[in-house]
Amino acid sequence: MSLKIIQPGLSTSIQDLGRPGYFHLGIPIGGAMDRFALRVANMLVGNPEGAAGFEVVFMGPTIEFQKDALISVTGANLPPKIDGTPCETWTAIEVKAGQTLSFDFLKSGARAYIAISGGIDTPPALGSRSTYPIGALGGIEGRNIQEGDIIPLGEADMIEPGLSVPEKLRRLPGNPAELRVLPGLYWHRLTPASQKQFFADDWAVALEADRMGYRFKGGNPLEFVDREQPFGAGADPSNIVDGCYSYGSIQVPGGLEPIVLHRDAVSGGGYFTLGAIISADMDLIGQLQPHTPVKFVQVNMDQAIKARAERKKMLAQVREHLG
Amino acid sequence: MKTRYTYGGDEHIYVEMDDEMSLDAFFKSLSMSNAVRDAKIEGVTEICPANASFQVRFDPDVIAPDDMMAKVKELEHRAEDAEKRLKTRIIEIPVYYQDPWTHETLMRFRERHQDPSGSDLDYAARINGFDSVDAFIEAHHAQPWFVSMVGFVAGLPFLYQLVDREKQLQVPKYLRPRTDTPKQTVGYGGCFSCVYSVRGAGGYQMFGVTPMPIFDPEQKQSYLKDFMVFFKPGDIVKWKPIDRDEYDRILAEVEADTYVPRIAEVDFDLDAFNADMAGTNAKLMEALNVA
Repeated sequence: MSLKIIQPGLSTSIQDLGRPGYFHLGIPIGGAMDRFALRVANMLVGNPEGAAGFEVVFMGPTIEFQKDALISVTGANLPPKIDGTPCETWTAIEVKAGQTLSFDFLKSGARAYIAISGGIDTPPALGSRSTYPIGALGGIEGRNIQEGDIIPLGEADMIEPGLSVPEKLRRLPGNPAELRVLPGLYWHRLTPASQKQFFADDWAVALEADRMGYRFKGGNPLEFVDREQPFGAGADPSNIVDGCYSYGSIQVPGGLEPIVLHRDAVSGGGYFTLGAIISADMDLIGQLQPHTPVKFVQVNMDQAIKARAERKKMLAQVREHLG
Repeated sequence: MKTRYTYGGDEHIYVEMDDEMSLDAFFKSLSMSNAVRDAKIEGVTEICPANASFQVRFDPDVIAPDDMMAKVKELEHRAEDAEKRLKTRIIEIPVYYQDPWTHETLMRFRERHQDPSGSDLDYAARINGFDSVDAFIEAHHAQPWFVSMVGFVAGLPFLYQLVDREKQLQVPKYLRPRTDTPKQTVGYGGCFSCVYSVRGAGGYQMFGVTPMPIFDPEQKQSYLKDFMVFFKPGDIVKWKPIDRDEYDRILAEVEADTYVPRIAEVDFDLDAFNADMAGTNAKLMEALNVA
């Protein structure tokens, strides 16, 4: 017995870096929405970077510790408290058996990550502890945590508390958030004017924003190049013969509201996609609250690969800083 | 058929064999995704075949996107030469059309539909030129279907009906996808039927529901013992219309973990099918009926 959930928060799930290999059957990779934050949280407490932790959305849980541990809270600015005493985020904190972790109100961002020394040790499903609720896989019985759950922890070599990540190495979106897009997939279905307009428009995160996808509102409806719809696609110009969806791809049902597919994405379907958010910016999406202003920024493949290298470099700098 | 290659962000290559659906496009997509798998290209992390397209996910830190694209393109000629024959199985799936649960759901999402005045089946029957919903339902289950893709959510089969193109049914997807669909709903979008394997979002028109689970992480049913996902691309399905009583009877068997679907091993040859559709389907049905 290691952790007891006193109160689960709004939507708290167990996540690691996901379960690749089953997307061709519709089972998504899953895992932390903000992988940068989960990796850093694990580094702070001396875990392997892919160890399972909690992903907390908007409102923190209350957790009773049944053994001594180191914890860290990264990602969204959700201030932790140990037995009511405020503690720092992005810092390794010591918790003693019998103490309770709770949280203050969210100050910024959307998803906080809690790493605990030893990592969460629930049984893996298809190679991962990540919770995928609609497929009832991973976590505790394939669902988000509930009041009264007992969460097992792995064995840990205790390191010293107090390690901290400086502000400049904490990666979070700006406001407005800029999400870089590589056009492709069914980009050719849009008129040139509509292609331009998509990047010129001011968008905002809509209410339907979860692990499967983030919907955006406020921009102009898209205009499609005229064509006779190909057999099997369906009559609406936004329909295609159902194909695979790329992670990060932007589908726009009816040409109305873009949806960016995220870690728990459906693997395919019949709505056209105009391109994809670059891999480097996927972490940022999970930190966007509803109504956050967003600009989509067009990039090319070279810029996408460069941004990917920069994110990797930043992770290396955190590793170096933490020694 | 005209093959189109494109990128899905910096981690995916997307290959569309054709922008319209056909069994030729399906077979080429399946052959080419098999060829990519067999080539064991370093950096490939996932290969997802679809109806008339497929996707390769790769790690751009291991292989540059341009190099990955070139390697995939090189494999196209091999797919063209591949045989269009499959050793597969035909499965009878019971369907309770016009059930109360999908009806409740479609009423809840009426404002996202092309025609809020009727049901999804009323709309589908009308735009396909049928006089009645019953005649449309008959067309839906009279001839077998081919699983041309598995995905969307865990183990959901997309199915393509084994009939002449003129006889195929087509409907658009919802104008905006629903946030809820009952588990095991039989849906329809474009020219594809599907079975929603789990409860969740969906954009297909809803026609009915099957009591037969097709995805179960606990693998309780005998036919899910090998793997939690039932369907594979190439499987053939015959819908069997059932009423509420039969639905309840099958559900009781499912709950007792004793339900056994009717399944027969069959061969499918695309050239033979194209040469004689009625004859090929009759043989498939014969195999099922003696199973």
